[in-house]
Amino acid sequence: MQSLTNRSKVVSDKKMTFMEKIYLPAIIKGMMITITHFFSKKTTISYPEETRPFSPVYRGMHVLKRDDIGRERCTACGLCAVACPAEAITMIAAERKAGEENLYREEKYASSYEINMLRCIFCGDCEEACPKEAIFLTNRIVEAGYQREPFIFTKNELVEPLDPAKRIDVSKRQTKAVLEFKKNGNLPHNK
Amino acid sequence: METWELLSKIIFLFVILAITLVVAMYSTYAERKVAAFMQDRLGPNRAGPYGLLQPLADGLKMFMKEEIIPTMANRTLFILGPSIAMTTALLTGVVIPWGGNLTIAGHVISLQVADLNIGILYIFAMVSIGVYGIMLGGWASNNKYALLGSVRAASQMISYELAMGMAIIALVLTTGTLSLKEIVDQQQGWHWNIFYQPLGFLIFLVCAFAETNRAPFDLPECETELIGGYHTEYSSMKLGFYLFAEYINMFISAAVIATLYFGGYNFPFLNRLPLDANVLTILGSVVFFLKIFFLIFLFMWIRWTLPRFRYDQLMNLGWKGFIPISIANIMVTGVVIYFKELFF
Amino acid sequence: MTFLFYLLAAVAILSALMVVFSRSPINSVIFLIICFLSIAGHYILLNAQFLAVVHIIVYTGAIMVLFLFVIMLLNLNTSNEPHKSQLTRITAVITGGLLLLVLIAATKDAVLIQAKNPADYNIGLVKQIGQTLFKQFLLPFEISSVLFISAMVGAVMLGKKDSKKN
Repeated sequence: MQSLTNRSKVVSDKKMTFMEKIYLPAIIKGMMITITHFFSKKTTISYPEETRPFSPVYRGMHVLKRDDIGRERCTACGLCAVACPAEAITMIAAERKAGEENLYREEKYASSYEINMLRCIFCGDCEEACPKEAIFLTNRIVEAGYQREPFIFTKNELVEPLDPAKRIDVSKRQTKAVLEFKKNGNLPHNK
Repeated sequence: METWELLSKIIFLFVILAITLVVAMYSTYAERKVAAFMQDRLGPNRAGPYGLLQPLADGLKMFMKEEIIPTMANRTLFILGPSIAMTTALLTGVVIPWGGNLTIAGHVISLQVADLNIGILYIFAMVSIGVYGIMLGGWASNNKYALLGSVRAASQMISYELAMGMAIIALVLTTGTLSLKEIVDQQQGWHWNIFYQPLGFLIFLVCAFAETNRAPFDLPECETELIGGYHTEYSSMKLGFYLFAEYINMFISAAVIATLYFGGYNFPFLNRLPLDANVLTILGSVVFFLKIFFLIFLFMWIRWTLPRFRYDQLMNLGWKGFIPISIANIMVTGVVIYFKELFF
Repeated sequence: MTFLFYLLAAVAILSALMVVFSRSPINSVIFLIICFLSIAGHYILLNAQFLAVVHIIVYTGAIMVLFLFVIMLLNLNTSNEPHKSQLTRITAVITGGLLLLVLIAATKDAVLIQAKNPADYNIGLVKQIGQTLFKQFLLPFEISSVLFISAMVGAVMLGKKDSKKN
């Protein structure tokens, strides 16, 4: 069989030579290897103080976006729930009443929107399915916990804050090409 | 014996006890740090600065744990086991010369609790009694893994005691005394015994690994085969005693190796320094402890380098490897000494 | 010193009795260990440090470990103690009684030996013992070493697998 790397060694059960039998050369060789590791740079990242650099398209905790004037974008169409392979998303739709136009962008909105973070596999199918640019996966981390209930995230945790300064930035995921594509209202996907 | 002398001895005894315990405590910390560093990790660094309070946290955890004695265990022996392990581990420290003589207010204080003229044999006796702690504890647990662990420990220690004893015999042939103090005093300057007995040193070192049940000879507690070995059923501070006894043993055997082969509290050019005698004594003790710490580091270095031996390999190495080599070592040493006395 | 002697003697005798009377073999072994340790204490009282330490190393540290080892491996308990027939008991009593008889006969005529040199405190130390063994008693010493070697060879022969059968 052709070997994939040049590092592989053929194992044999030949008689050990005297030098191999007294173990010492091999032991000293091994000790030299460990001592170089002793002084080498450590790979540990001390988590709360320093964090691992995330890739720009890291898929962490979800966010439900608001539009520029602070209205929720989600229209409770249910496409994300359908797309979800882990069946983690549930929602209840409601009709927008008069006077709520500054809260919800469309006539229909999600009165309750829940993601079970214990089921979610962070595949990102929901944001791909969303026609309203409402749900995105961000680089925030879902924190560990001792109980199960807090892992069912409701709108309290998911919807981004109203304050424009505290908005969650998804520009890295919403690239120019995507925006250009979505601008064209004639395409069936964006109708 | 004067009361004054007695009092100083008692105080010194407690100092040695405290030093032994503190060194053993911080050996656990050092072990974890060394292991981590060799595996490219950082190791414990949360309790206190650089994790320096980690041993205290570990001890506290041990004390807070629930005390479990299995129903079918032999209660008396179950409690006796860790006590014997701890006691024999601590008893060894009294014959080791930790330093030269201090002169305080006209009184000469020797930094050695008891200068027995059979110091080496005393250490040997304590080590051989130490097996009982492991054996009784393992048997009393009434658990097959614990029994296997203790049986392994007993046979391993008996096998390696032989080679260790014969390495010592060769050393005694060159030094001509069994007193540790005299052995240290003979090694002034660069006359360390390791240069006269390199093979004996190697045998002694390997046997020390086996006697302290440390990797690559940690078969009595090998996790992958025996869960925890002889301390499988132990919990709380009784487990703590076993683990602690292992670290004390490591410290003591490092001290013994430093005494026997690395010149103890001697260091080269000791007598040429223009310093007060007391300062020199303390400097010598510091050097002695540096040697001990290096040897403890060596113990850890080897533990985190080598894989564990298989049991038949262990027995082969002991009986077919080290015992013949150590007998040959004795004979060669004897012949060399005989001819040296004949011709010089 | 006298107090220590009486204490050690009491411990030695009590533990020796417990060796015989305790029902579990493991306890017997442990009491025998205690007995040996107290005898080592007696040696130290006689200033025979070398003998004391060698006694501990050889008897307590090696032989008793092997005893304990065997008992552990066979798992001898009071519950599965092999049944002893009436005949064994009778023979045991007769042999024990005979031994007692011999001991009494031997000690009956014993006289108190005066120590040759009672002021010599170094008599039990390594150097003196070595000089005595290798000068005065050289032949018996060497003969006993030959005996040990033959015992070792015998043990190896017994332990070896029979190559003809396999």
